[in-house]
Amino acid sequence: MDGSKQVSDNFLKNKSLWAWKETLLIHRRAPETRLASSLSSVEIFVALYYGGVLQFDALNPLWDGRDRCIISKGHGSICMYPILSDLGFFPSEELKRVCKSGSFLGGIPDPVIPGYETVNGSLGHGLGVSSGIALALKQRKSSSQVFVVVGDGELHEGSNWEAIMFASHNKLDNLNLVVDDNGISMLDYTDQILSHSNIKERLESFGWDCIEVDGHDVVQVKDVLLKRKRSNNGKPKAIIAKTIKGRGVPGLENNSLSHIINPSQDLLDDLLEGAT
Amino acid sequence: MSLHGLAMRDAYLESVWREMSNNRLIFFLSADFGSPVLDKIRRDFPDRFLNVGIAEQNLINVAAGLAIEGHTVFAYAIAPFITMRCYEQLRVNMSLLSEVRPMNVNLIGVGVGYSYVVSGPTHQCYEDVSIMRALPNFQILSPADHIAASALFDQHVNSVGLKYFRFDAQPLPAVYADPSLVSADGFCVHRRGEKVCLIASGFMLHTSLEVSNELESNSQKIGVIDIFNLTNFASESLAKALESYDVVVSCEEGFRDRGGLDALISSVVSEYGLSLKILKIGVNPGYSFDIGSRFELHQKAGIGKSSILEEITPLLEKGRGS
Repeated sequence: MDGSKQVSDNFLKNKSLWAWKETLLIHRRAPETRLASSLSSVEIFVALYYGGVLQFDALNPLWDGRDRCIISKGHGSICMYPILSDLGFFPSEELKRVCKSGSFLGGIPDPVIPGYETVNGSLGHGLGVSSGIALALKQRKSSSQVFVVVGDGELHEGSNWEAIMFASHNKLDNLNLVVDDNGISMLDYTDQILSHSNIKERLESFGWDCIEVDGHDVVQVKDVLLKRKRSNNGKPKAIIAKTIKGRGVPGLENNSLSHIINPSQDLLDDLLEGAT
Repeated sequence: MSLHGLAMRDAYLESVWREMSNNRLIFFLSADFGSPVLDKIRRDFPDRFLNVGIAEQNLINVAAGLAIEGHTVFAYAIAPFITMRCYEQLRVNMSLLSEVRPMNVNLIGVGVGYSYVVSGPTHQCYEDVSIMRALPNFQILSPADHIAASALFDQHVNSVGLKYFRFDAQPLPAVYADPSLVSADGFCVHRRGEKVCLIASGFMLHTSLEVSNELESNSQKIGVIDIFNLTNFASESLAKALESYDVVVSCEEGFRDRGGLDALISSVVSEYGLSLKILKIGVNPGYSFDIGSRFELHQKAGIGKSSILEEITPLLEKGRGS
């Protein structure tokens, strides 16, 4: 896919709504999937994949010229299933078999899924591996960049901070961190567990170039990602996307236990009916 | 070849240094751990050497990222830290990820067993064989001298896969005059004998040879086998090498009955239905804060030469004259 292709704002907004709806549909069929954290990251992935940010080839997922998209918050990326299928990474019939016997689409995505680069599910791994990939790309003077999507909850894992120090020390300005900052992990608000409401300041103090965005404004997310992809100032780049966990689902939005709550089938039906 | 030779790591790193001139894809990572030979690598290949700091989790994650991008990666640290501090990184980003993304990774862990003699249990390493055996897709290479360390480098540098090289921290006497004895079978028969065969790896091969020497001076011949590949060895050939004995003695500088060398031998004996007894020589599971020479630590742990002699002498006596 040509990363410079321009798409309209409406196209991105419509894709976001479509991906949100598809994510609800998957969760309706497969309640084992994590809905709330997948709804906070919809616009992030739509911006990356439809906004012309990422270079990729759906028919050759490991094409060397691709930008690497590492999804560290695996549970919260079920919205990627419809996106990858829509883009041609795998047939859309697979979406009906999520978590079913014989499917490659599980409750937590595995790297056997075309488009997933690494193992996720266990948290705190994506950023370090991304740093190694970014180092390799720099080593061979590749123009490809690395985008890694993490949740704010997983920033509690110390391994991230080893990588955060490493990336800035080694000037990995081809590394783009996107934090889906929905403020909630499994049992509580992240601020209540181990406070890090000032992620931006913390990353900046480690030598990163940071910006906060409204993570549900898909146009803003796309614009910022694209602009920063083109700027290389010797610093790794972070976008802290302020998001709402369980966005659009009454009872989940901003509920500290939304990670483990499944909305009723009736509620899902009502929401799907109302989504246009 | 000098009797005391080089430290394994220096012989191995010399080979890495040499190969880095030929192979531009080699990348060397250290978790702030050095050696005189490593200084040459740092000096001559500054663009392909990185000290990641005292950060083993990141060491492994960065190594995995480089490796899936096609680099041949060497990751270097003290043995307990490169295996235990980052065990889940090894599991997730190497053992598991390599099922779908091929990678050539060579972990170098220095200081197995009691080889950091006076540094105590944090730096000593009695668990690595058992926990690394638990990870699929890793080979465990465990040389007994610097010649074997170099030979194992030559055999494995270009093979795609995950490898854990476990090295003694001290220079050990050379036992492999001929590097071809470090064969793809993964083990080498050093002595043939009757009734009893000692099987060992790393430092314990030296102890086993001393036991054998002592018995030989008393006209008693026992078998001694070095197993230097603790995962991918020719198990059928090993079973054949063991079948004529009454007792096989696993000699390890690690915890006894915790899934290490003794478990490996038990598995071979059971798989091939060998009718022999297994005697397990290893460290009684538990941590000790004793300070002393390696000889003294081994004696206290019951894995020294005299302890082994004490254990096996009755076995040799029993069969005499019958």
